[in-house]
Amino acid sequence: MDVMPKWADVVLVPLFSLILAALLSALLILAIGESPTEAFMLMIEGTLFRSAGWGYMLYYATNFIFTGLAVSVAFHASLFNIGGEGQAMMGGLGVGLVCLFIPWPHWSLAIIGASMGAAIFGMIWAGLPAYLQAKRGSHIVITTIMFNFIAAGVLNFFLVGPLKPAGSMAPATANFPTATHLPTFEDMAQLFGIEKMFRSAPANVSFFIALLACVGVWYLIWRSPLGYEIRAFGKSGPAARYAGVGSVKIIMITMMISGALCGMMAINTTQGESERLILNFTEGAGFIGIAVALMGRSHPLGVLLAALLFGFLYQGGAELALWTKIPRELIVVIQALVILFTGALTMMVRAPLEQLFLALRRP
Amino acid sequence: MNFMKSILGSAAALAIGASAAVADPAIIFDLGGKFDKSFNETAFNGAQRWAEETGGSFREIELQTEAGREQALRRLAEAGSNPIVMTGFMFADVLSKVAPEYPDTRFGVIDVGWLDMPNLRQYIFNEHEGSYLVGMLAAMASKTGTVGFVGGQDIGLIRRFGCGYAQGVLAVNPNASIIANMTGTTGAAWNDPVKGGELTKAQISQGADVVFAAAGGTGIGVLQTAADEGILSIGVDMNQNHLQPGSVLTTMLKRVDNAVYDAFKGNGDWAGTMQGVVGYAMDEHNASLVTADMQAKVNAAEASIKSGTLSVHDYMSDDSCPVLSF
Repeated sequence: MDVMPKWADVVLVPLFSLILAALLSALLILAIGESPTEAFMLMIEGTLFRSAGWGYMLYYATNFIFTGLAVSVAFHASLFNIGGEGQAMMGGLGVGLVCLFIPWPHWSLAIIGASMGAAIFGMIWAGLPAYLQAKRGSHIVITTIMFNFIAAGVLNFFLVGPLKPAGSMAPATANFPTATHLPTFEDMAQLFGIEKMFRSAPANVSFFIALLACVGVWYLIWRSPLGYEIRAFGKSGPAARYAGVGSVKIIMITMMISGALCGMMAINTTQGESERLILNFTEGAGFIGIAVALMGRSHPLGVLLAALLFGFLYQGGAELALWTKIPRELIVVIQALVILFTGALTMMVRAPLEQLFLALRRP
Repeated sequence: MNFMKSILGSAAALAIGASAAVADPAIIFDLGGKFDKSFNETAFNGAQRWAEETGGSFREIELQTEAGREQALRRLAEAGSNPIVMTGFMFADVLSKVAPEYPDTRFGVIDVGWLDMPNLRQYIFNEHEGSYLVGMLAAMASKTGTVGFVGGQDIGLIRRFGCGYAQGVLAVNPNASIIANMTGTTGAAWNDPVKGGELTKAQISQGADVVFAAAGGTGIGVLQTAADEGILSIGVDMNQNHLQPGSVLTTMLKRVDNAVYDAFKGNGDWAGTMQGVVGYAMDEHNASLVTADMQAKVNAAEASIKSGTLSVHDYMSDDSCPVLSF
């Protein structure tokens, strides 16, 4: 039987990890001569007290939901997909090609096409390492991380070559046609007659697609036969095989779903925000997805909450960079501390908590 | 009447005082970061010089994400920073969207020359011409007849450096061979001194004895390796002669600092496109490496570029280089 009640495991462990990370960050900020309380208030104020702050937080969170879900799905089959970054880049290429070369009449159709483009490209990019793993036994961790570099190379090739408008210096495609531009939260607020909400923030309709993806992953993993097979394979490959679950099939399908989810991150950044395909649009979201999945315990609800937290950290970090002298390296350190404590060091928090619960249980 | 006048006067004084207090300039550094010992740091030096000379203060931001670009710009404009200067062409797209929304804020941008807005001042540099000059020096200093070029991220701007450099080399020694390598294809290539060093070693093994680094922070590794291996190197953007004294042949100067300083001063008509200064650096650290004869030749070339009798092919004009393939 479990030592701790489930709620304690889900709520208390991340909470204490966060508090520890916050305390250590506060010490660091103090050490460079800034006020931690002021910094914290700035982060809260700039993110939660302004609608535009929310817009940015949800924008970043959308990325992390997609990549977090992708890593989670792979985790359920005991596969470690480190290639989220590369799959997202290829997804971006898919979005770019779909938006540039198909004359969409309306954004609602364009987003369906772009989602499919992104998912298919991401799927292919995850499918190749999956095939190597399933058929050749090449370890997925090694191959996916190497595929990140190949993806960066491919994207770069297209952005400095065929897709770059002549004479332009930035490694980026031309702007997408206006018909493909996604409505942002600002546009949606105006639809309801609310002016000056989410002013120029990048959050857009793809946030709702991310939420749909959360529900979809939940249904897939816990309510569908395929999800059952994925989980069975994840618990024990040989046992699953004995029960008639083909390992090749599960590895391929799981990784392709994972890749498709990563790829779909690109709708948010590429079609939603920059409205053209730029190099470096992933900005490490594929890797943050790993932390998000770890923190969210590979559960869609957990992933959603963790993604919101990281969205808050990103937007809060931008506020710190704007209004304080805290160097940007330290902001990265603070984000890394949160990852370290919530991802890697959970046992450090869990063990004392378990002791505490054991002590409480004794009569 | 007098009373009225004095009230109006003091109100006006107050208004002026208030606007002067909030109208601090601001500078936004691109993703490469402020202390790259190169492009961004030069910009920072320019801002710093302005602050020291005028006693004013300025706001500065190092970008962290692509999406943060527009956010930083808008928040600064709303907070009343004026003028706002940006380093790097990646701002062009955002600027063309944001600048018209804040007509009272003056914006300045480095490495962009193709926008046209009443509140925007642009600074462009003819990097191919500066690179041509250091290419001449490289060819004159080289004993093996083979020189190297290490670029940062493989983009048009850096190919422009490389192409100008190659033309300068070949102008002095038509039989010279040029080895050109790019550090990488992503933004990380601006800050990878280890890879810069590796590329330099590879070029040395192919016979290069002068290597030009146009690679931001990566160049530090190039200069270091060149010094360790006993060959010459050429720095970029801010004067890097002092980094490895006696080994850095010269630096291709791109006076971004002057541009930022000029923008912060904000004299004259704001709108328009300014031509920044490029050139090569001479100081006590490389005086023994560059002879008077070499200087004379380069200065002559510089003069004929200025007068228009010598034209250096610009890679970005047609996305191709007649003398070097990347």
